[in-house]
Amino acid sequence: MSKNLRFKSSKQVDETYRISFKFNNKTYYGYKGDTLASALLANDVHLVGRSFKYHRPRGIMTAGSEEPNAIIQLHDNTSRTEPNVRATEVEIYEGLVASSQNCWPSVNFDIGGINNILSPVLPAGFYYKTFMWPKSFWEKYEYFIRKSAGLGKSPKEADPDIYEHKYIHCDVLIIGAGISGIMAAKLAAKNGLKTLLVDEKSFLGGSTIYDNSEFSKINNQITSSWLEKEINEISKLENLEIKTRTSIAAFHGYNFLLARENLTDHLPINQRENKIRQRLLKIRAKKVISATGAIERPLIFDNNDRPGILLSSAIKKYIDLYGVACGENNILFTNNDTAYETAMSLVQRGIKVNAIIDNREEINSKLSYEIAKNNIKIFKGFTVVDTYGYKRINGLAIMELSKDGQKVIGKKIKLSCDSLGVSGGWTPAVHLFTQSGGKLKFREDDQVFIPHKYPSDQLSIGSCNGDLSLEEITTNTVLSVKKFLNINNTDYKTFEITTGINKSKRNIWLLPSDKILGKTKSFVDYQNDATAKDIKLALREGFRSIEHVKRYTTTGMGTDQGKLGNMHALGIISETAGTKMGEHGTTTFRPPYTPLTFGTIVGRNVGKFFDIIRRTPIHDWHVANNAKFENVGQWKRAWYYPKANENMHQAVQRESKAARDCAGILDASTLGKIDIQGTDASEFLNRVYTNAWSKLAIGKCRYGLMLNEDGMVYDDGVTTRIGENRYIMTTTTGGAANVLGKLEDYLQTEWPELDVYLSSVTDHYATISVCGPHSKKIVSKVIPDLDFSDEKFPHMSFKNTKIGQIKCRVMRISFTGEQSYEINVQSNFGKSVWEKCMEAGKDFNITPYGTETMHLLRAEKGFIIVGQDTDATMTPIDLQMDWIVSKKKYDFIGKRSLYRSDTIKDDRKQLVGLLTENPKEVLEEGAQIVADIKKSPIEMLGHVTSSYYSPNLNKSIALGVVKGGKKMLGQKLIIPMENKNINVTVADPVFLDKEGERLNAEL
Amino acid sequence: MFLINCPFCGEREQSEFKAGGEAHIERPKQPTELSDDEWAEFLFMRKNIKGVQFERWNHAHGCRKWFNIARDTSNDQIKAVYKMGQKPPVK
Ligand SMILES: [Zn+2]
Repeated sequence: MSKNLRFKSSKQVDETYRISFKFNNKTYYGYKGDTLASALLANDVHLVGRSFKYHRPRGIMTAGSEEPNAIIQLHDNTSRTEPNVRATEVEIYEGLVASSQNCWPSVNFDIGGINNILSPVLPAGFYYKTFMWPKSFWEKYEYFIRKSAGLGKSPKEADPDIYEHKYIHCDVLIIGAGISGIMAAKLAAKNGLKTLLVDEKSFLGGSTIYDNSEFSKINNQITSSWLEKEINEISKLENLEIKTRTSIAAFHGYNFLLARENLTDHLPINQRENKIRQRLLKIRAKKVISATGAIERPLIFDNNDRPGILLSSAIKKYIDLYGVACGENNILFTNNDTAYETAMSLVQRGIKVNAIIDNREEINSKLSYEIAKNNIKIFKGFTVVDTYGYKRINGLAIMELSKDGQKVIGKKIKLSCDSLGVSGGWTPAVHLFTQSGGKLKFREDDQVFIPHKYPSDQLSIGSCNGDLSLEEITTNTVLSVKKFLNINNTDYKTFEITTGINKSKRNIWLLPSDKILGKTKSFVDYQNDATAKDIKLALREGFRSIEHVKRYTTTGMGTDQGKLGNMHALGIISETAGTKMGEHGTTTFRPPYTPLTFGTIVGRNVGKFFDIIRRTPIHDWHVANNAKFENVGQWKRAWYYPKANENMHQAVQRESKAARDCAGILDASTLGKIDIQGTDASEFLNRVYTNAWSKLAIGKCRYGLMLNEDGMVYDDGVTTRIGENRYIMTTTTGGAANVLGKLEDYLQTEWPELDVYLSSVTDHYATISVCGPHSKKIVSKVIPDLDFSDEKFPHMSFKNTKIGQIKCRVMRISFTGEQSYEINVQSNFGKSVWEKCMEAGKDFNITPYGTETMHLLRAEKGFIIVGQDTDATMTPIDLQMDWIVSKKKYDFIGKRSLYRSDTIKDDRKQLVGLLTENPKEVLEEGAQIVADIKKSPIEMLGHVTSSYYSPNLNKSIALGVVKGGKKMLGQKLIIPMENKNINVTVADPVFLDKEGERLNAEL
Repeated sequence: MFLINCPFCGEREQSEFKAGGEAHIERPKQPTELSDDEWAEFLFMRKNIKGVQFERWNHAHGCRKWFNIARDTSNDQIKAVYKMGQKPPVK
């Protein structure tokens, strides 16, 4: 195939600039200004893909973003590869490589094509019904379904391009730069309003810019020339910003819109380096004017999907704008006058139009008489009943329609063609309007949904508002925009419109055929292969709601969201169900209007900017000392410090042993810290913690448990009274922000009478925890002036002191069960104090340990970690922490919930210790716990929450939650695993030093 | 994304705020006096109105103040914004 179907140069295409590109491994040539679709058509390539379910050959169908078939993969197997791109929107550039997406192994030989022959067994709901059973087979089906479904391939390498986000605030945003958008922009900008005009295409003027026939005029100028002058004029206006290649993706409430601006996709790859590829525009507009145009409807008849069948308006655009003919023997099939404009565009360039098939019996437009003069046969009151040709249409059959349009009559006439243009009238593009929450109404005359109720300060104009004729568009645009923007002065006077067409139309949603419906393939949704038969089947199976029919048949669920066929689906439903069109409403069009790339969505938030990273002031030391890190919320915490060839287990065992045998040091800077001040601070703590706080002496520390109002444990930590009216509260690392938020909430809303002030001081202090039997000696060396004797500085107390000139707070508190000191210094001194501790501890084998060892040490002591041993269903009673719940206090957050009928049940899940029969066997965290494995189904009693091998006890230990566990001490339970059942015994959760002697133990 | 007129800072993007559920549910002063049912009513039961709903919002990435709004849930129009402790100015 080396036909050249380029007929004459056009303004859009620069024939002096030839471009080579590859499609399915073959090299083709086009010109600058071509889309991939127009360039392929110029090379007589129609077959571009296979359909989703039946794998039928499909060709280019449209010339815009509504394209259902020509979905391609760009630059396959490269880092810039992109799936699901519409060939009708890609502007070609030197070096472009594209391939058909929905075919395997190739577009010409396609294994899935067998589905077409098997189609009687592939009705609507087929996948739901078949592949769900038996369940175990899904894995086997899935590979082939996914492979042959052709959803495109995502890139496997990092995206090399740069993206960004930008905010725009404007008085008026105008969506769409067709004739009405251009006029609105002029009206707005000339009246001093800050105006933004966006259009998804590379050029301005919409379809009117190539409306260059003698039969269409505004004020005696050819319509396209009139509009060109308008565009020239507005491009000079200072307060008007125009963005082409910019597509509105979403229209949210309060006139907040998201748009994607394409900046480099039309450039050769080597010219894209270091340029921003796409921008996500976040637009907040005082007023929005939608001028999104209309989309031509196809017609629904048997085999209406063959390559070479296009929308009539697409054929017109290809010839008028790109100078490309879609075939040499054209036939047009229509139910309205607009197809005659297409016919005229072809005829004027000497391209053969074999015939026009028109549903209507009476046609009396000026243009139709002109067409007839050119010896083109017009079949009035006829319909297409079938088409022929496999990979390209080569003919069709027509029959006469009965008076009521429900049947076909007479004899079948066969005609040959290599291209068929169909026109079923126009559907206003109301997608963005409905996305914004707008309500539609149905206009019976021409069976269209048009904007009815605006949810925000916005307006729809032009054909998206149902003004489909040039006369309506020009006149109504000026009238409604003037009123909407509250302006008086305009350059527009009256419009004298010349047109060759009328508004008459004969709407038949599903055209009749000489075959029974079950034997036809009349496609409603081309992308998802949903046919008229499928929709009728859905109705027969009891579906009534359009939303249900949509999901059952997958109509409108492709990447094009059914821009072409949704109206027909609705029409067929209402005809079949005998209801009125308007009653069904339409399905919801969800953002994005056209697909967005992930790059655009995330913008600059990639790599190290993906999320905020918080590092402690001692972080660099951890890095220098080979720490492995774990993420805790946004924090990077030292996890363990492997030496030489140690693996994680070996490192953690060594660290854990050193902490109990000699000394350990932990960076605890990430713990949340809240400075609480005010005369009611003690009362406040009484209300938020389960235990009593009023009697805590200044200089003393106390552990506190915080509940939600439902009685469930929310957070815990040690709080220190550092003055009469001042406390420092610590929270869990992950809970810090939420705890502050919760405390602020109660203070502002429930207890505004309390004199309490909160500030987060987490980042202000570095916290260094030194523990172990040598800890006292080490901290004494670091702070020689402080008396560390147990009498002067007992467990759970605090001292203000200095390390040289550095002020510090030292708390004697312990999360390991060992004697332990926490030194808090201003953040910027954190690293130097840490290094001082390391130096002082050198002789005592001071060992830095990470979070993993911390978790192990506390588990040996049976201390909980909120969020690991608890979820939002554990009360302090469930945790065997009754001791911390004050009986005396009248009230605290969550108190009343602790004796609700549900929370006092005996068989709630309760925290217990678990010891394995084989002391070497370490349980898996999250493993289920059962008592009886013979029972069917097995009753799950709970699960393992924490599990370690304890080097200090030389055995495996675990914590878990078990139904009624408190009463099961000593009882045998089973942990069923994939390959074995592990026997465990319920134990006290405190495994080590129940008496707490180690808190004061020294070597 | 709507705009919320914080009574302390003025109009800001919704992304600066945190929603806090139904407004005007006062924490009982004497929880111990309440039956299980009465406490459950306070704890769990929330309205889910189509129409004007009174909600608590917090300017979490701003002044961190809590306040109330009256929002029509059917179209997200905010009918009123008012401070904690005040009565709703609309029905
Ligand atoms: Zn504020």
